[in-house]
Amino acid sequence: MRPGFVEVALLVLKKDLAIEFKSREIVYTTLFFAVACVMIFSFAFVMEEGVPVEGAAAGILWIAVAFSGTLALGRTFERERYTVTLRALLLAPASRAAVYAGTLLGMILIMAATEVVLTPMVAFFFHAPLFTRPLLLVALLALGTVGFASVGTLFAAMLVRTRTRDVLLPILLYPVTIPVIIAGVRGTAALLQSPPEEPVATLWIGLLTAFDVVFLTLALWTFEPLMTE
Amino acid sequence: MTGLLVAVLQQTPEGFVPVTGGPQIEQIPAAPLVIASYAFFLLLMVFYLWTIWRRIGKVESEMRTLERRQGEKR
Amino acid sequence: MKKLFVPLAVVVAVMFAAAPIAIAMADYESTMLLVQKIFYFHFATWMAMTLAIAVCGLASLVYLFTASKVADWCAVASAELVVIFGLFGLFSGSLWGRKAWGVWWQWDARVTMATMLVLVFLGYLMVRKYGGPGSEKLAAAMGIFGAATSPFVYKSVDWWRTIHPQTTVMKTLGDKWPGAWMLVIFCSVAFLLLTVLLLAARVRLEAMRSRLDELYLAAED
Repeated sequence: MRPGFVEVALLVLKKDLAIEFKSREIVYTTLFFAVACVMIFSFAFVMEEGVPVEGAAAGILWIAVAFSGTLALGRTFERERYTVTLRALLLAPASRAAVYAGTLLGMILIMAATEVVLTPMVAFFFHAPLFTRPLLLVALLALGTVGFASVGTLFAAMLVRTRTRDVLLPILLYPVTIPVIIAGVRGTAALLQSPPEEPVATLWIGLLTAFDVVFLTLALWTFEPLMTE
Repeated sequence: MTGLLVAVLQQTPEGFVPVTGGPQIEQIPAAPLVIASYAFFLLLMVFYLWTIWRRIGKVESEMRTLERRQGEKR
Repeated sequence: MKKLFVPLAVVVAVMFAAAPIAIAMADYESTMLLVQKIFYFHFATWMAMTLAIAVCGLASLVYLFTASKVADWCAVASAELVVIFGLFGLFSGSLWGRKAWGVWWQWDARVTMATMLVLVFLGYLMVRKYGGPGSEKLAAAMGIFGAATSPFVYKSVDWWRTIHPQTTVMKTLGDKWPGAWMLVIFCSVAFLLLTVLLLAARVRLEAMRSRLDELYLAAED
């Protein structure tokens, strides 16, 4: 009996989470890398008096998310390549798109775990009132993460067999996801104003939603032909 | 005439408004930019066409060598 | 189809010979005067780039789902044109901005997004060059996603008000200044025809390369 889409996706997710829980390698290394990013930025953007540059927090948060997300993607698919699980999954009698969906869910969870630590950290170090409108902030981060991860998972998966994959992933991923980053940064920056500019943030949330719908649909649609030889 | 006045007073980036009549006072600093722009375009086109030409030439010569070798084999 | 190439080339050549003369004779714009004349080719090059992006996106889609070789040739040819016309657009915009805005570069929305599109299609070309075997498919994914983002490029300037002329400039130009409107259309048409011409030439190169590969394979037998 052929398993359904959701079943397969959840199975793949469970597999990824199970593997991850055992070693927690990717979550820890991604988190540490994100923290290191923020540290470097704080040296670059904090003035001599010890006061951080105004308005830098939004950008720093999203750059850290993007960089650590790319790292997590690379590590995840490196592991898949090493253990040949991706190949095995694609040979299974299951919808390819469901395999993609399951992998994507795993990536989103890793990035979400990173952001949960990252956001309070940025707020703390850069005196940024990020939590004045928590629901809007969560919406921005969630939608931005989905957009970034949906393209990232597709590209990382399709590059798995390429020799120059480590170099090519950032080259391909960043330009395509710049709209997501811009929307995230401008939306977060709007929330950091006093008083927070809610309509502006809502506008960027709307844009992010549109991006996500377009990119997710495209990714689900093209995953199968891309991964077939 | 009033149109010209309005246009000059508008100073808005909302649209282009032509200056009709009146002395065409030249702003020297702008001319090199305009000329550079169009010259660059010309150079770019010539360069691109040349690369296509060169690559086609290479493929054609490879084809000829291959056909010659085929002929010699038989 | 091949027979159209030479007449098309003649038409394009004539249009591009006439264009600078027409541009030189056009009226000056009230606030920007001479430097605004960069606009005619600047706008036209973005039209050409948009056409190339559409062709690349469509061809990539067709190639991904049908493995059609011709689609692949069109995709790589149009990707090169995106980069070329895009670079000229950024260059001419920078020169224009130097005079009109006082700076060589400005990170406003449309400039940013246009740069991003050029980067996407540069990425396309890089994947094809360094991606190893099977890179046509990977590049096709880039082409599709790049084409999908370009509507957002156009809209971004409306949503993020900055110093770049709003999209309303072109919409009202026909009423406000018909002379410039016609000249812009003329230049745009010239650029679009040029795109078709260059595409044809470039696709021909790919077709020849493919034929050469076939010959090599046959020779090994």
